[in-house]
Amino acid sequence: METATRAYPPGEHPDQKPPIGQSGVLYWMHKNLFSSPFNVILTLLTAYFLYLLLPPLFGWLMIDSVFVADSRDHCRELGSGACWGFIGKRLGQFTYGFYPHDERWRVVLCFALFVAACVPILWDGAPNRKKWLYFAAAFPFIAFWLLIGGNGSIAAYGILFALVVVPVVYFSPIDDADGADTGGLTYVLLAVWAFLLIGLQNIFFSTDVDIGIGGLGNVMRTLITLLLIGLTMVPLFHRGMAGKLRRQWATGFFALAALWHFVGGTNFGFSSDHLLTIVDTDQFGGFMLTMVIGVTGIVVSLPLGILLALGRQSDLHIIRWVCTGFIEFIRGVPLIALLFVASTMLNYFLPPGSNFDLLLRVLIMVVLFSAAYLAEVVRGGLQAIPKGQTEAADAMGLRYWQSMRLIVLPQALKISIPGIVNTFIGLFKDTTLVVIIGLLDPLGIGRASLSDTKWQGLSTEVYVFIAIFFFICCFSMSRYSIYLENKLHTGHRED
Amino acid sequence: MSQSIDYQAPPRQSFSIGKIWTDKRTRGLVIQLLATLAICAVVLYLAGNVVENFQKLGKPFGFGFLQQEAGYDINQRLVEYNSQSTHLRAAVVGILNTLLVAVCGIILASILGFILGVLRLSPNWIVNRLAYCYIEFVRNVPVLVHILLVHGILVHSLPKTRQAIDVADSFFFTNRGFFVPKPIMEPLFWLVLAAFVIGVVYAFWYRRMARIKQAATGEQSPVFWVMLGSIVGVPIVAFLLTGMPLAWDIPALKGFNFKGGMALRPEFLSLWLALSLYTAAFIAENVRSGIEAVNKGQTEAALALGLPRKRTLNLVVIPQAMRVIIPPLNSQYLNITKNSSLAIAIGYMDIVATIGGISLNQTGREMECMLIVLGLYLTFSLVISSVMNWYNNRLALVER
Repeated sequence: METATRAYPPGEHPDQKPPIGQSGVLYWMHKNLFSSPFNVILTLLTAYFLYLLLPPLFGWLMIDSVFVADSRDHCRELGSGACWGFIGKRLGQFTYGFYPHDERWRVVLCFALFVAACVPILWDGAPNRKKWLYFAAAFPFIAFWLLIGGNGSIAAYGILFALVVVPVVYFSPIDDADGADTGGLTYVLLAVWAFLLIGLQNIFFSTDVDIGIGGLGNVMRTLITLLLIGLTMVPLFHRGMAGKLRRQWATGFFALAALWHFVGGTNFGFSSDHLLTIVDTDQFGGFMLTMVIGVTGIVVSLPLGILLALGRQSDLHIIRWVCTGFIEFIRGVPLIALLFVASTMLNYFLPPGSNFDLLLRVLIMVVLFSAAYLAEVVRGGLQAIPKGQTEAADAMGLRYWQSMRLIVLPQALKISIPGIVNTFIGLFKDTTLVVIIGLLDPLGIGRASLSDTKWQGLSTEVYVFIAIFFFICCFSMSRYSIYLENKLHTGHRED
Repeated sequence: MSQSIDYQAPPRQSFSIGKIWTDKRTRGLVIQLLATLAICAVVLYLAGNVVENFQKLGKPFGFGFLQQEAGYDINQRLVEYNSQSTHLRAAVVGILNTLLVAVCGIILASILGFILGVLRLSPNWIVNRLAYCYIEFVRNVPVLVHILLVHGILVHSLPKTRQAIDVADSFFFTNRGFFVPKPIMEPLFWLVLAAFVIGVVYAFWYRRMARIKQAATGEQSPVFWVMLGSIVGVPIVAFLLTGMPLAWDIPALKGFNFKGGMALRPEFLSLWLALSLYTAAFIAENVRSGIEAVNKGQTEAALALGLPRKRTLNLVVIPQAMRVIIPPLNSQYLNITKNSSLAIAIGYMDIVATIGGISLNQTGREMECMLIVLGLYLTFSLVISSVMNWYNNRLALVER
């Protein structure tokens, strides 16, 4: 009775418990499960359904299942549930495919580096994020070297690129000679393309580039390479250079160095098989192959998709028609048909006698496919940006690329995040289709191991196992997109 | 410094080489010209390679091979086909199989998807959690895994032909497929069909007239019951009057397999079920977001106007929700059609498996076969999206 009479100063009254019947488990159950006769029936029916479904399901998955066994018959003796022993026996193959046993540490290392590279990209609170981002820029090249092997020049150039070119382009002072913005991205992209195209040409095509510099001698060629690399690094040490010159200098000499390296073939005395044994891409398989296709597809298709979307919105008719035609064609046909085109028909379009790595062909198709879908998602975002934004940018005197990069795209991409991530998830799931043209992704490994007479008839276990892997990957991606959406939501909520 | 500014007409733009890149309009022209040249160059290069490759291999290009004997069997077919038929015939069988699974899939996925979408919005906690779990699990697993999983379960878990699960002695479930009675039309059955057509025509005519009448006088007619009566009732009456001219061919176990009746093969069943279950999860999400997109104020306003709950739903919420639901639904239907190409993984003979698979391997005509397959899928996509666009335009908000 004391509390009822006590007087409190305004605003100091302690919170009282809600009245009985307005809180607690019973209230919750009444509100959410038994609010009307219809709901009572629905709840009871669902509960009965769960009672029928869950115990056998968990029994099969966990309780009655067998985790260690030698054959299917052995499994059946030990328990009536799933035979996970089969998966356990083949786990190495499911993870690495037919990657040589002694070289598997490279895949593991590559995956660890991948996780490390993802941290600064996905989490903007990471300590020393800027330095990590340099590493993330170098990662694709390092990963390429680790997985394929060779003398490591790709990785070396990747590190040079990430540690010299990227910082120079992004962190050089902007001076008057540049105007408002220098379009640093353009420089970086040019350098990367020069680098990648030549590098890939060298590795994947059987036709060799020979421009007749073999006669120069190893020492001379190495010296030229070193000179070009040195020139690339000049802006790091020469503080007095103007901003624009620094950018052009670094990217230009980097592209030249890369070009020279790949046509000149300098290898500092290492043979191409010297540091890491070369592993053919047809030995890639399992979850590793899924990750390779998925991650490459995601990284390459996003810029391509944005370009396509911009092209489709362009005022230039021919560019618009080409982009629209391309997007609509790709979206109109199933990926599997495109993969068949890649595996059967693509060779007709190349010069006679050229041989083209199957994995690369598949990657190109996967990238084009998801770029077309991304383009539509991004276009939705672009259309949602009021026209006033571009007009304001025009009025400020920004050029087309500047207004896109600084004004329109940041807003458009922000609102299209859910769609973009959904496309990524779709791409990641679509990597399974490569099994149909004979690549050994987890499904391929699974089907191959199912033909083992010792283990016949265990298809459910295999597919459930693969389904769980994909569920974990895709579900975390969609959760991340929700987190990102909330983080970037700077406007006011409507409700 | 108060100078009077002379406003003059801008100087006439005279042409000079330096302006090509600085003037916005000429720059646009130059870029387009360069793009055209580049595309032409690429196309010419590729075409040149193709011609050279064909010459080198000594292959002619042409579709004459479609008239050759295919020489392979297709177990799932809607039209007559045997191994002596032509490749063209095989392609037709493949197209029909693709359409069959696509249409069946679209129907089942829509039904399941709408049910799931509504369950997902249910205030009942356990029901909406269950729907949520289903949707999230199914959406995040590749459709190919679903297809193989369902196929594996159908083939490995159902009993063999001898121990078929028998429902009412006319439905049999085995690992070789489901066997169900097949309706056989007797001569008079066309009268029932005619009655059905007349019923449908009359129902829509009646609805139209009722609307005109309501617009003119405000009187309402019992549209629902009249439509139900003429679409369902009239054919039933006709069916009974003509003496039930329909017989059932009931499957029976003869020898090693079932004879008679209609066989739903495990390949078709698993593809159909997997595609429908997978796409239903996506449709459910579309339905949910469509219904959630309708502002709560709309419902409240309708209730305040005195509309009963059911009419609020029918006249206010659903029409507005459909506007949001239709475009993504369109792409889901397209997805089912395109995903049906995964049939090849389990041996269902769709267009990719017949003309793009076995025919391609037998004749070695990669180019022609793939062109046919790509062209067909583009046609399907165009047809589906134009139908859905037509429907969408009908529903769209009429604006100024």
